[in-house]
Amino acid sequence: MTATTATETAEPVYVPAAETIGAVLDPRERPARPSALSASLTFGWRAVLKIKHVPEQLFDVTAFPIMMTLMFTYLFGGALAGSTGEYLQFLLPGIMVQSVVMTTMYSGLAVNIDIAKGVFDRFKSLPIWRPAALVGNLLGDVLRYVLASLVITAVGLILGFRPGGGVMGVAAGIGLLVVFSFAFSWIWTMCGLYLRSEKSVMGVSMLVLFPLTFLSNIFVDPSTMPGWLQAFVEVNPITRLVAAVRSLMSGNPDMGELTWVFVATAALLAIFGPLTMRAYNRK
Amino acid sequence: MTETAIETNGLVKVFGDNRAVDGLDLTVPAGAVFGVLGPNGAGKTTAVRMLATLLRPDGGTARVFGRDVVAEADAVRSLVGLTGQYASLDEDMTGRENLVLIGRLLGFRKPAARARADELLEAFGLTAAAERQVKNYSGGMRRRLDISATLLNTPRLLFLDEPTTGLDPRSRNQVWDIVRAVVSYGTTVLLTTQYLDEADQLASRIGVIDHGKLIAEGTPGELKSSVGAGTVHVRLRDPAQRADAEKLLSAALGATATPDPDPRRVVIRVPGHGTEHGAAEDAARALSELAVAGIVIDDFSLGQPSLDEVFLALTDHPATEKETAA
Repeated sequence: MTATTATETAEPVYVPAAETIGAVLDPRERPARPSALSASLTFGWRAVLKIKHVPEQLFDVTAFPIMMTLMFTYLFGGALAGSTGEYLQFLLPGIMVQSVVMTTMYSGLAVNIDIAKGVFDRFKSLPIWRPAALVGNLLGDVLRYVLASLVITAVGLILGFRPGGGVMGVAAGIGLLVVFSFAFSWIWTMCGLYLRSEKSVMGVSMLVLFPLTFLSNIFVDPSTMPGWLQAFVEVNPITRLVAAVRSLMSGNPDMGELTWVFVATAALLAIFGPLTMRAYNRK
Repeated sequence: MTETAIETNGLVKVFGDNRAVDGLDLTVPAGAVFGVLGPNGAGKTTAVRMLATLLRPDGGTARVFGRDVVAEADAVRSLVGLTGQYASLDEDMTGRENLVLIGRLLGFRKPAARARADELLEAFGLTAAAERQVKNYSGGMRRRLDISATLLNTPRLLFLDEPTTGLDPRSRNQVWDIVRAVVSYGTTVLLTTQYLDEADQLASRIGVIDHGKLIAEGTPGELKSSVGAGTVHVRLRDPAQRADAEKLLSAALGATATPDPDPRRVVIRVPGHGTEHGAAEDAARALSELAVAGIVIDDFSLGQPSLDEVFLALTDHPATEKETAA
């Protein structure tokens, strides 16, 4: 036996045969154009396949939320609420909102990477509903949001989180959070289309997401803050979202906060959906 | 009367102050390979992207099989397929998954999309690699998968944007064979390239573009005869004999030498006067005259005119890349 040869040699050299290529070119009946929903779901299937091939990308919806929950519960619990168990009842819905909202920036990253690699050229040259590729990506992201929420709920339950709203309350809270995050992701999708590199998408989203999540009612009661900061916290959409999710999980839904979140969700979609599509069509 | 696949009138695309495509008038007949030849930055890719509805023109009109690329973009999309310079594939997914995805997006149901994917993988010699992620494919395999994805919808017009750039010679020949097979079954192919050789091998008509404009159009034979039969390159052993060699060769070939930075090299373009055979004979006679005069040569070649020479002949400027800083 001679020395080992490269794996390449194991495969026979491909010689294109005109007849077999001709056979696949045979003009056959073309299927009907898929509906907007079916095209979007197909792109959602792609997102799920990508999770299967690159499971590391689930780190940010599993390990990261666990770390956040543990860190802030034990860091602030004793000082802010007397005990970590007490604090957890207050913190958990908030930390869930923070983790999931932080994850929305990956929507922008994914779009930016797709464009850089040229695969969007293929999608754009197909006769399909134009927003399908973007909507499908976001459907895959919704799956990640649900996963992150479930991980945090599980960690919370183990640490002693006992929501007054029960299973239904928690499920409703997660549902609201996921719906809002889907709408919120359009902002980053738009950034992903406009900004040049994935680094700049990351930079811009961090710049917005850090103050938005920390300067809110997630960690502490806003009444302990200076007046000017309270004013900001009051108008911060994350504050309203956290209040709504807390109210659902505790079993006392706050209709005012819920309405606010639904209006914000609709407004985000109405503004950033068309803006994103405009950027997409121009690219 | 053959059908017209592409017709553009005064097509324009401007990026900032760069007129990438600047009044392009192009007519491409159906059923053959049309080669678009030009250097980097000539506007080839931009023109193809407008024709494939990926870019919106800033001026002029373009029709594909009679459909306007702006007003009837969706109709055009179902008639054309584009394989770009950079693979438009999902690197993380396997070859089969990539094809199934495109099939599903075109409206095939799952079993039909799978069957279609397998059929294409087989035809393009990728069955063994079907379950591998595309990021582990070689350049040639990637290009074949890319082309097969484009053919999935049996387009009537196939755009191939520099399909062999960056490929090794074997993969390049495979792509050439694929192009010949595709066109022999009636698909129109518009191929952009930087290589005259490639256009000559595949295309029945060639359009030469430069600075966003069509500067010449015709069959490969017409184009080459406008340039000359070829170029004689001679490498001398002794650079001191260069002047004598130039004089002898110029007289024998009836052309003046092109200045060359290498002191041991003489380059002379042979004017076109009939067939290739004529040029070769002239060259042989010229070489024997060198031998008689006692001028020793180390190397000799009679080459086909290069893209640069085509450009020199057509525009009086070489095919240089466009300066980015204007």
